Amino acid sequence: MANYLLIDFGSTFTKLCAVDTKAEDIIETASYFTTVDTDITLGYHEALKRLFEKIGKTIEFEQVIACSSAAGGLKMAAIGLVEELTVEATKRVCLGAGAKVDLVFSHHLNKSEIKQIKDKKIDIVLLAGGADGGNSENVIYNAELLGKMGIKIPIIFAGNKSARDEIEEIFSKYEMDGYICENVMPKINVLNIDSAREKIREIFLDKIIEAKGIKKIEQDIDAVILPTPQAVLEAARLLSEGYLGEEGFGDLVVIDIGGATTDMYSICPPTKRSDVLLHGLEEPFAKRTVEGDLGMRYSAPGIIKSLSEQEIKFINKEKGVDIEKEVDARYKNVQSLPENEHDEFIDQFLAEMCAYRAMHRHVGRIEEVFTPMGKVFNQIGKDLTDIKYVIGTGGVVINSKDKESIMIRTTNILHNQAELRPTDPTFMVDQKYIMAAMGLLSKKDPELALKIMKKYIVRI
Amino acid sequence: MKTIVIGVIGADVHAVGNKIIEYTLHNAGYHVVNIGVLSSQEDFINAAIETSADLILVSSLYGHGEIDCRGMREKCVEAGIGDILLYVGGNIVVGKQNFQDVSKTFMDMGFSRVYPPGTPIDNALNDIREDLGE
Repeated sequence: MANYLLIDFGSTFTKLCAVDTKAEDIIETASYFTTVDTDITLGYHEALKRLFEKIGKTIEFEQVIACSSAAGGLKMAAIGLVEELTVEATKRVCLGAGAKVDLVFSHHLNKSEIKQIKDKKIDIVLLAGGADGGNSENVIYNAELLGKMGIKIPIIFAGNKSARDEIEEIFSKYEMDGYICENVMPKINVLNIDSAREKIREIFLDKIIEAKGIKKIEQDIDAVILPTPQAVLEAARLLSEGYLGEEGFGDLVVIDIGGATTDMYSICPPTKRSDVLLHGLEEPFAKRTVEGDLGMRYSAPGIIKSLSEQEIKFINKEKGVDIEKEVDARYKNVQSLPENEHDEFIDQFLAEMCAYRAMHRHVGRIEEVFTPMGKVFNQIGKDLTDIKYVIGTGGVVINSKDKESIMIRTTNILHNQAELRPTDPTFMVDQKYIMAAMGLLSKKDPELALKIMKKYIVRI
Repeated sequence: MKTIVIGVIGADVHAVGNKIIEYTLHNAGYHVVNIGVLSSQEDFINAAIETSADLILVSSLYGHGEIDCRGMREKCVEAGIGDILLYVGGNIVVGKQNFQDVSKTFMDMGFSRVYPPGTPIDNALNDIREDLGE
């Protein structure tokens, strides 16, 4: 018998998933608080103890692999030239690599921006600017300033290839921790994700998990192989596309409402229509966006911040609550779980808000343009109207008594014709909270990961 | 190699001439960045910044060129590429207006060269060679 143990070191919980590869099924799952502040192995062993208690005996594992978003996840700064072009491209690469983009800068950097890179404890800087053969002055200027200001954290250069030699000289002149990869935008509006994303993953595994005290776990397990959001993205992609003879679900959206962020993933082409003109930077087939201000605990205040005073008053009156007080209580005690119906009601409401807002920012838009040649459609972003499945994951969705009311917030309930939200999708839920684990498993045995997901991701 | 950004400005979907311009300039040895139809002033300027372009060649075929092009030079100045060459051509105004007046209007708006309807791209090519010093 071959067993795999798949671990997700989350910001709050360490989640374990034991898989039997012969029976092609999950043996059991268990979790415990993540203890990265003291010693990450403590929480892992506690979770493992619980797992064995649930199984009723101790079992051996052939492979133990993990993903991690513990200790603040992977914090990145995205630096480009023009906001709509290389800045947007660097942002998308960071997000696709499973990072949180804490800082975004365009054009020439200034000293106060570089100070923020230090103050916010950024893990990796992704530095781009210029299409190949285009502007190289800007990215060279920025690299030089980063060097002068003594930035020693890893910096990935993914800009204009014509600037590469100068950048390498700057890296060595200031003894910086520099890396070189392909341009994130080699031509105008063309997005090139893979090279930079792979480099981010390498650095994350080589250096960042070490610095965050996560690497210590590798005494006890085989390896940490991915940042958690990238594992979820891999799982979503596999579930959509299928593997060999095992069919996938087709186009889908995954929404993951967590304590600190709301992550949205869409796996589909930008559009299937032939009568629209696509505008702006190319959209990735597998796209992830992260809302750092939308979450159930750490980021609950962000939900309120996005409302006007009038809206808050309306909610308080309508629902008979003091929403600001409730949010504050959740922010101050991030490990709190709902204890009564009132708590559940508030969590449900916050989750609905997260789902609505996160989709608002993820989804593409279309506008009708009247020209002398007739009416034409101009589209920016991704068209999700045809999406077949919307899959919910994250504690609040899984534990909600009214999952559908959360999920339906991703669709066009307000009949805003300009937003290309899913029209009539089937709602599914990741009931056993296994998507990150299956993303890990997909690196070893994609077919098995797909079979298990198809079994445990169920309709609501 | 000199870089030229081309495209069709405004709510204008005339794509054929745009392709011919791309083909001609490419064959003449230029690096052509074609941002296509339905492009805004910002689309032209952003592409020009990222590619360090030497010239922006704006096409407008549906008569609204004056409205669409107004303020473009000022935006280039704000964006740090105030000295870039700006050409415009096509059916840039409605009806049969005196072209000298039209040309003056666009020159006053900061365009470097203005072309009347029906100008073959080869004519503009001579100007491009002259202006870009090749």
